[in-house]
Amino acid sequence: MAVGVRTQDLRKIYSSAPPMAAGGFVARGSAKGSKQPKPQITALDGLSLEIQPGEIFGLLGPNGAGKSTTVGVLTTRVRPTSGQAWIGQHDVWKEQAEVKHLIGVVPQRPNHDFSLTAREILIFHAAYFGMGSKERNERADSLLEKFKLTDRANQMVRGFSGGMMQRLSIARAMMHDPQLLFLDEPSAGLDPQTRILLWDIIRDYNREGKTILLTTHYMEEADALCHRLAIVDHGKIIALDTPQQLKASIPGGYLLRLRFGNQTPELLQRLQSLAGVREVRSNDGTATDVYADRGGSLIPEIAAVAVSAGGELSDVHISEPSLENLFLHHTGRSLRD
Amino acid sequence: MNWKAFGAMLARDAHVARRNAIQLFFQTFLQPLLFVFIFGRVMVGSGYMPPQYKSLLLPGIIAISMVFTGIWAVAMPLIAEFQWTREIEDRLLAPIDIRWIAIEKVLAGMIQAAVAGLVVIPLAWLVLGRGVGLSVQSPVEFIAIVLLVSAFSACGGLALGCSMNQQHIGLMFSMLLTPMIFFGCTYYPWSALDKFPILQKAVLINPIVYASEGMRGTLVPQFPHLSTLATLAALLFFDVVLLVVGLRQFDKKAIS
Repeated sequence: MAVGVRTQDLRKIYSSAPPMAAGGFVARGSAKGSKQPKPQITALDGLSLEIQPGEIFGLLGPNGAGKSTTVGVLTTRVRPTSGQAWIGQHDVWKEQAEVKHLIGVVPQRPNHDFSLTAREILIFHAAYFGMGSKERNERADSLLEKFKLTDRANQMVRGFSGGMMQRLSIARAMMHDPQLLFLDEPSAGLDPQTRILLWDIIRDYNREGKTILLTTHYMEEADALCHRLAIVDHGKIIALDTPQQLKASIPGGYLLRLRFGNQTPELLQRLQSLAGVREVRSNDGTATDVYADRGGSLIPEIAAVAVSAGGELSDVHISEPSLENLFLHHTGRSLRD
Repeated sequence: MNWKAFGAMLARDAHVARRNAIQLFFQTFLQPLLFVFIFGRVMVGSGYMPPQYKSLLLPGIIAISMVFTGIWAVAMPLIAEFQWTREIEDRLLAPIDIRWIAIEKVLAGMIQAAVAGLVVIPLAWLVLGRGVGLSVQSPVEFIAIVLLVSAFSACGGLALGCSMNQQHIGLMFSMLLTPMIFFGCTYYPWSALDKFPILQKAVLINPIVYASEGMRGTLVPQFPHLSTLATLAALLFFDVVLLVVGLRQFDKKAIS
């Protein structure tokens, strides 16, 4: 039976450098006086979410947003400073062994047992989960086949390419047939072909009734795969909905990033009054973001307004409705920043 | 408690140890056997050392081999597996309380240390030639000493392996283990320090003293040695302390 996930007000504050495995973080706290030399890093700042059984759920956000820490808490690998998390009916911190039975984890960076061959990695993994010898051999062979690793099955993994290690990580996570699969940045570093293969595998696994939680900073991945999506920044959820609804929630949908030679308040006001313009935001005095329900057709009017207001249009970038725009709208920053 | 997962982890460690058997063999035995050859055979044969030195040396060599093997077998893999590659992660995600993973490592290390101790006896005997007078008067005491020395080395390996980084391995051997071995009454009995009373008291904080003296007391009781009961008690104390410290350090390394 598929299981869901629930977290309530999760907070995680690192008082020393966070581990590499949990990704990078943005330092936000400040040291108070000389008595507290260690910087406090808030990785999760009251994160609550609920993932339905059988759902493909995505956490989208820039590096350091808290995605990997969320996965770390849910997979028993990071102890939250406060708050609670449940996998199915099980409290993640009180019933760790039960939780670990239900989950499979694909880490951000491969963490294979380098003393073993690819096949042994799968077989021993299954043995840790109590699978019988015949069953684990059969399943290992079928997964090696599925992930196109059969010809390297008996080699040590040290010499594997990044893509091969990643495929092996996913095969390993699926070995014990978990009800809930975590994938932390699964397509980072994969070539486009392998990425498509990965997406198919994720969809297939989900069709078997399994719940999937993936983190990504690729909007197209979140858009293509996820039933629902939470946009995370600074350890908080800033938006949560289906990709379609999220995109529809951006005022107008189109984003025009403009630069003017001379940007006056009058100019901004006149931009706001153009037909189709929903919102005008001035960033740093020279750059202006215009959210509108049309794109290129607005440019002649904007150029004309600019000339008449005495500020020549010097640069234009138009983006169509996308999650990137949504992120920008909520945070004022690009996902890639 | 999930015995299946625990057993599978032991099987994994046995599998890896078998794969590295030859390397492990030389790593463990080459240095002690060379020492046995030079001091037990060459120096005794040439008359610089008395013939009894052969029997006096053997228990110390057993203790060194066991301590070195146990520490190496637990600490080195842990140091490597907790590095940034996080190789241990697949075991941390197995459905078992993570403390049992540390205990499994200790058990695997104990088995390797005990095997090393038992293998070095016939090997050293061969190298030493005639004139080694071992007499096990109480097999129970001998087994107890072997178990406690194995546990001490494996728990020490756990505590060290979870407290050190890869760049400090060299330092661990040169600054910690080498002095511990030389001041551990391995090549001489504790009573040989009678003329150095301060040193004789100071070395009592070194657990290897109890390992060598315990071996001496159960294998060659004809030589002066610390009371076996006292060595058993001291070893038990160090086992418990190192296990508690090791488990705490393991938890710190395993969960962020």
